[in-house]
Amino acid sequence: MTSAAAPGKHRSGATEPMATEPMVRRFGRAVLGRQPIGMIFGAPYLLFIVVLFAYPLGLAVYMSFHRYFFTAPGVSVPRPFVGLSNYAAVFSDPAVRQSFLNLLIFLVINVPFTVVLSLLLATALNAAIPFRAFFRTSFLAPYVTASVAMIGVWLFMFSSGGIVNSALGPLAPVPSWLVNQKWAMPSIAIYVTWKGLGFYILLYLAALQAVPKELYEAAVMDGASWWHRLLSVTVPGVRQVTTLVTLLAVITGANLFTEPYLLTGGGGPNGKSASPVLLIYQTGIEQNHPDFASALGIILVIGVLLIAGIQQLVQRRQA
Amino acid sequence: MTKSRTWFAAALTLTVAVALAVAACGGGGGVSASTATSAYGPISIWYSNNAQEVAWGEQMVASWNKLHPGQQVTGEQIPSGQSSEEVIGAAITAGTEPCLIYNTSPASVPDFEKQGGLVPLNDFPGGAAYIEARTGPGASVYKSPDGKYYQLPWKSNPVMIFYNKKEFAKAGISTTNPPLRTYSQFLATAKKLVSSGAAKYAIYPSPSSEFFEAWYDFYPLYAAESGGQELVENNKATFDSAAGQAVAGFWRQLYARNLAGDESYNGDPFADGTAAMAIVGPWAIADYQGVVDWGVVPLPTSQGNSLDTIATFSDAKNVAMYASCKNRGTAWNFLKYSTSLAEDGKLLDMTGQMPMRQGIQQLYASYFKANPAYKEFAAEAAHVIEVPIVPNSVEIWQAFRNDWSESVIFGQERPGQALAAAASQINQLVTGNGEP
Repeated sequence: MTSAAAPGKHRSGATEPMATEPMVRRFGRAVLGRQPIGMIFGAPYLLFIVVLFAYPLGLAVYMSFHRYFFTAPGVSVPRPFVGLSNYAAVFSDPAVRQSFLNLLIFLVINVPFTVVLSLLLATALNAAIPFRAFFRTSFLAPYVTASVAMIGVWLFMFSSGGIVNSALGPLAPVPSWLVNQKWAMPSIAIYVTWKGLGFYILLYLAALQAVPKELYEAAVMDGASWWHRLLSVTVPGVRQVTTLVTLLAVITGANLFTEPYLLTGGGGPNGKSASPVLLIYQTGIEQNHPDFASALGIILVIGVLLIAGIQQLVQRRQA
Repeated sequence: MTKSRTWFAAALTLTVAVALAVAACGGGGGVSASTATSAYGPISIWYSNNAQEVAWGEQMVASWNKLHPGQQVTGEQIPSGQSSEEVIGAAITAGTEPCLIYNTSPASVPDFEKQGGLVPLNDFPGGAAYIEARTGPGASVYKSPDGKYYQLPWKSNPVMIFYNKKEFAKAGISTTNPPLRTYSQFLATAKKLVSSGAAKYAIYPSPSSEFFEAWYDFYPLYAAESGGQELVENNKATFDSAAGQAVAGFWRQLYARNLAGDESYNGDPFADGTAAMAIVGPWAIADYQGVVDWGVVPLPTSQGNSLDTIATFSDAKNVAMYASCKNRGTAWNFLKYSTSLAEDGKLLDMTGQMPMRQGIQQLYASYFKANPAYKEFAAEAAHVIEVPIVPNSVEIWQAFRNDWSESVIFGQERPGQALAAAASQINQLVTGNGEP
């Protein structure tokens, strides 16, 4: 009874000030709730999301279903609905199919290498080794350096007369790495792995701090080797970060642009290192066919979401 | 109740945000052509970002501003981007382009026109007559399919063969009259340059897949070999022909024998001494000054034509007026001022680039007397061809470049087959049927 009476009292007590409350305030409360300040504080972020993510994505979806090209402000042109024809054009374009195959090759090399190498190196850098700070900085240096500058170094190293081929001698591929149809994409994958490693090592280093030392001590007491400690303690202990690293590597890989644009001269040789984003740039920006480019972009987004979804499912099952 | 209120609040915020976003992206709306044509006032212009053109642009703007205090002009270098075409295209879409851009590539004009981003210069009294009187009969190739001029032909950079005299001498080749007239002479010279160790490569045009790279390997030689045919004429690709195949075969031999570099290169291989020859226009002379002791010869052909008859690619950059311009009366007067006899002379003097004006050798005789090295370019300027002014121009060049890379640079397909495939695709694109 008491509990039933209390809300009643509260409601009846609230009716009196409500009657005298200004109309504007009542309307404001009805719209913004009891904490309007909270909504105001949250609005900038919502605005940020809407302007920079939701609106462009929505526009891209719209463009992908219409015949669309960019025009000057005030220029009115017909933009007819074309259904799935942009998507059909994307799927029937051999250059697009080749770019997705290239992307697959890239991901198959880049993602496992990124995960395994960054975990191993983070484990090593987490141990008490000499010059630890120096090594940590060294691995981070390529990540924080502009890609254009790093690409200049790699062009020099992997050219036909570069240091890598000089070291390999007769084992060097002909034609050289970046103009070799088989090696161009793997070369890019290795470059991107190397460049991003410092960032992923940082993530793993942070995660390793959270793995209880007692687990390692117990494993040592049980006679576990370094390898067994890595597999039984470290890997499960940093599982969440591994998920994050994999996801970030996939997303970064799907957005591949600078490397095929500069390292292999615009996706060469013969488009064997072209990425979907490079094609989006060529068709959407250079050739003013944003409808085709948007359809390609939407397919890429769906592909990345699918991979991320599958990964989440696997992760949950393992957990 | 609380939940539905939260959703309502979120929806309201979202609506406001979308409205703001649309308003922000919507630009300032169009400019009325009828009133703008006779409007006078301040305008802004963009010019190229190379040091010589910046110096020319700055002095030209300063001299105009001194004479026209009520119609001030603000000159700026074109913003950085992957290419100026991309920057201009984005600016048109956003409505932020200036009145005049002194770096408009003829290949992009059809796309800018399609965007509604260009002002036809015929709108101005005597507009077409001014262009035709300045440039002569050659102006007609810059007319768009609707018969209007959306660009003023401004300056050309006739593409020729530069050679490094020091490296030629090292290889025991004449530095005053090098044997480079025919394909067979060129190949023999190239082989000698590389085998002697004088240079790593004989020539090194960029092997990148960018659409415009064809202007610096295939197209100049095709112009020379075909007697001045454009890539597309009468809505049909012309290069699937004996001339096109001869040019493709010539370049294929250079790549196959490792006489031309097929890898991306950091910097300028000619200036660095990596390549003994370069295929480029006079704009590059400033970069080579004091770095390379260079000479210049006309482009080779299969039969070795004489200089008087050899055509080449113009590598022109033109001036266009853009749709956001409100004071078009001032812009038109400024355009005429900046392409006057006096300013063309200053452009030649300060940049070494050839104004697209009739009779430049006679008009600026003192300049060519003082700079004899530029005479060859002036002579070539009378035989230049342009990129075709047709719809889907950039896409057409990209299609060509893709097939060229595959066959000629990387040897994965026979050049003849690749040219046929490219011609077939381009024929569809010209008529608008091959759009993605």
